Amino acid sequence: MGDATQGTSTTSESSGLDSTGLDSTALDSSGLDSSGRIAAVAEVARRLLPDAGVITDRARLRTYECDGLAHYRVTPALVVIPQDAEQLAALVRACAEQAVPFVARGSGTGLSGGALPHAEGVLVVTSQMRAIREVRRDDQRAVVEPGVINLDVTKAATPVGYYYAPDPSSQQICSIGGNVAENSGGAHCLKYGFTTNHVLGADFVTPDGDTVSLGGAAPDSPGYDLLGAVVGSEGTLGIVTSATVRLVRLPEEVRTILVGFSSTDQAGAATSAIIAAGIVPAAIEMMDALAIEAAEAAVHCNYPDGAGAVLVIELDGAAIEVEQEYAEVRRLCDDHGAFEQRLATDPAERALIWKGRKSAFAAVGRISPDYIVQDGVIPRTALPEVLTAIAELSGSSGVRVANVFHAGDGNLHPLVLFDDEIDGAGEAAERVSGAILDLCIEHGGSITGEHGVGMDKSKYMPRMYTDEDLDTMQLVRCAFDPQNISNPGKVFPTPRLCGEVPGRHKGAHPLQEAGLAEVF
Amino acid sequence: MSTTEHDTDGTLGEMGGVVDPVDLGMPAPGGAFDDHNPPDAALIGDCVHCGFCLPTCPTYVLWGEEMDSPRGRIYLMKEGLEGEPMTDSMVGHFDACLGCMACVTACPSGVQYDTLIEQTRAQVERHHERPAQEKALRGLVFALFPHPRRLQLLRGPLRALQATGLDRALRRTGLLDRISPHLAAMESLAPRLGRPEPLPERIAATGTRRMTVGLLTGCVQGAFFPGVNSATARVLRAEGCDVVVPRSQGCCGALSVHNGREEEAQGYARALVDAFESSGVERVVVNAAGCGSSMKEYAALLADDPAYAARAQEFAEKVRDISEILDELGPVAPRHPLEMTIAYHDACHLAHAQGVRAEPRRLLEAIPGLELREIPEGDLCCGSAGIYNITNPEPARELGDRKAHNIVSTGAEVLVTANPGCLMQVTSAIERLTSADGGRPMGMAHTIEVLDASIRGAPTTTFTTA
Repeated sequence: MGDATQGTSTTSESSGLDSTGLDSTALDSSGLDSSGRIAAVAEVARRLLPDAGVITDRARLRTYECDGLAHYRVTPALVVIPQDAEQLAALVRACAEQAVPFVARGSGTGLSGGALPHAEGVLVVTSQMRAIREVRRDDQRAVVEPGVINLDVTKAATPVGYYYAPDPSSQQICSIGGNVAENSGGAHCLKYGFTTNHVLGADFVTPDGDTVSLGGAAPDSPGYDLLGAVVGSEGTLGIVTSATVRLVRLPEEVRTILVGFSSTDQAGAATSAIIAAGIVPAAIEMMDALAIEAAEAAVHCNYPDGAGAVLVIELDGAAIEVEQEYAEVRRLCDDHGAFEQRLATDPAERALIWKGRKSAFAAVGRISPDYIVQDGVIPRTALPEVLTAIAELSGSSGVRVANVFHAGDGNLHPLVLFDDEIDGAGEAAERVSGAILDLCIEHGGSITGEHGVGMDKSKYMPRMYTDEDLDTMQLVRCAFDPQNISNPGKVFPTPRLCGEVPGRHKGAHPLQEAGLAEVF
Repeated sequence: MSTTEHDTDGTLGEMGGVVDPVDLGMPAPGGAFDDHNPPDAALIGDCVHCGFCLPTCPTYVLWGEEMDSPRGRIYLMKEGLEGEPMTDSMVGHFDACLGCMACVTACPSGVQYDTLIEQTRAQVERHHERPAQEKALRGLVFALFPHPRRLQLLRGPLRALQATGLDRALRRTGLLDRISPHLAAMESLAPRLGRPEPLPERIAATGTRRMTVGLLTGCVQGAFFPGVNSATARVLRAEGCDVVVPRSQGCCGALSVHNGREEEAQGYARALVDAFESSGVERVVVNAAGCGSSMKEYAALLADDPAYAARAQEFAEKVRDISEILDELGPVAPRHPLEMTIAYHDACHLAHAQGVRAEPRRLLEAIPGLELREIPEGDLCCGSAGIYNITNPEPARELGDRKAHNIVSTGAEVLVTANPGCLMQVTSAIERLTSADGGRPMGMAHTIEVLDASIRGAPTTTFTTA
């Protein structure tokens, strides 16, 4: 393990052999082929875990072959379901000793194929590590295991007046471990920020099976921000086994408004006007007509009839402030052509407004047999221009595109619809989907806002970054994972072995030559 | 369409390649399913793998394993269609499903898991050889529960056992647990029996007649909870209904259809259609959630029977849960106050399968003085699930304990629900909990018994002193 992962404390035994129960013969991995190495890890797993925690038969392995992005499928060689951090660390150590790749998975809801298994690797599932260890009201902190479901943190904190702010659409099922790996956002990250703004510390198993503590309950630990490197690293640096998260005080007042516009242009202009007026709503979400149609079919959310776009605007904070902002938001929406404004009058109405928005991705299954959920970011001001370009792209290709997005911070989620029964439809959809990302980059944005790069977008990374950029990122990765066994093949377009001379550089990396870095 | 070319060796695609979704048509040869109603490939295709069903699934909540979630079970069905054989482990995951349908409520894509699991279970019954002991247990269950008269015969010995206290003594020895945990589960679920309360075949409405309804008396309901049927008849009468109780009625087939015994279920369904058809009723009223939900599905169950398809459709359209019909009619009988707090437990086959949630709450909350409390994790099944607590006693018990804990946490005096299975399961779980921690016992009642007490002006002690 390189120096880079030395956190504030180290809790593992460095040899770790006793706790894995490995004997010297199993340790000797030389000469073992892939299935032999997997068998060795499985043997360790069987000693550590109850029978149900070790899955080796094909039919059951296959139920794990995809996450929320179901068109990438790889059957893992072995699935293990540890029950605590110690077991998880021992399993990772066994993988390291056998040089077997491993992939972590929480609830399997990711939309970039980040938890796509490795065909000759181990899938480490954290769904049984789901204890909420502490809810400390006075510190506004909770300590949770990685398999804990996002919404369950809020449920545990609500009775004492707090909640967990990052709220991906899948918050009712996505796990905190997955959220940390993907640096998940959500509708409310406009005001409250992404997962990285809410994770203060983590216990973390490095790819060689050491357990380290990163960050802590106090904000801003001294030294390198290794926690910052780990959050959003998509499982390529190791596995989080416990996270200390920030809890946010429940606001005194919340107002949720559903606003109908005849076009996305109007809704986009209203969004910009609200932000320009200095108001930071908790959320501004936009859905276009096609997305509304899907949500209506799924959850009967009763959005305004005939709307070309709706905004879901949520204001929260002190009652007096919300009151003032609410009047201003109403006026700005009116100014920009809103034909209907509906204020949720009770929690049930608010929940229904949000249900329409939060179920939108899955609801698209009602209006199209297959679809791609895209995730891109643009500067908010480019919204009308990019939406027009997407509409043109859709018109010229004949591929329908529904738009759902976090309008407040310019995070687009175009849903590209297709029917895979029709020859070539999938490829056409892929092309449109890729072209949308090009649009985002052209307008100064990014290829992913919150779903991660995973398997799906690694091929787009070179469109955003130069080879030098990517090589530099590889140096970070190699510092954590010299064997390249932690979720290999994800994020980066051309994975290299650590120590391999990257890219087209014939000699040493310029940073190495300058004596500023070394290859691990 | 050929299915043999499909890649079924479990190594679909390579890392990074977009794999075309498998072209699902008729089941692949050698796979788990035959071509008589295999799990519908189009319905499987509706699943977008979002995972929203996972936290609603009792077995996923217990075990956190993909194969024991609706999403995973649908994936196993897909594998079966693609040629994966029906192994013991695959059947185990289908069997572990409680059929609570919470996933159907949660699914944003509208996947009809209820249809899929029923199709799959019928295939399992046809193709899977169960171990002798399991077969015997299922044989016993299906030779007993769907037969009201046999259940009536069982009442005598059971009452004697309870009257002498021998049942509790037997439970304390743990003897039955050692012989068979399944039989022990069955015994511990049996409710304290009251007197039989036979109903006349016709009951005239009080005051002006507003409707003529038929009443399903059920098997378990009739034998173990006769008071619920009489309360139903009394409330219907008081609300202006002529009530017809056909003598010839038997089992509705719910337990059979939920366990893949398709032909048996169809036989029961035909007989029940016959029994009510000639009675001239406008509605068929049911006070057991599981029965009501399967009777509403008769059209699908008998769709392939030309002699019955249309009649089954007509029958199914008349079926109403007791709370639906009372909500639809609106009250005419005055309610007397019942000063008590109740926790209302949604039976899965009422809330998830029939979408009936608001009606019972409206009826109960309209009773003066009554306070209704919601149960935490209310959408999670109590573990009763038809005969699940007999066939799968361990997870059922865990779920029952979890439910009991959540119910007791409301601090309510009485638990109210609308299904005999839930009532038995939750009663025994709460008894376990309160006898373990010395807490005060809780009253239990069916929704209709509470309404009946309010209309009759009975005291709250009817419920609070069990």
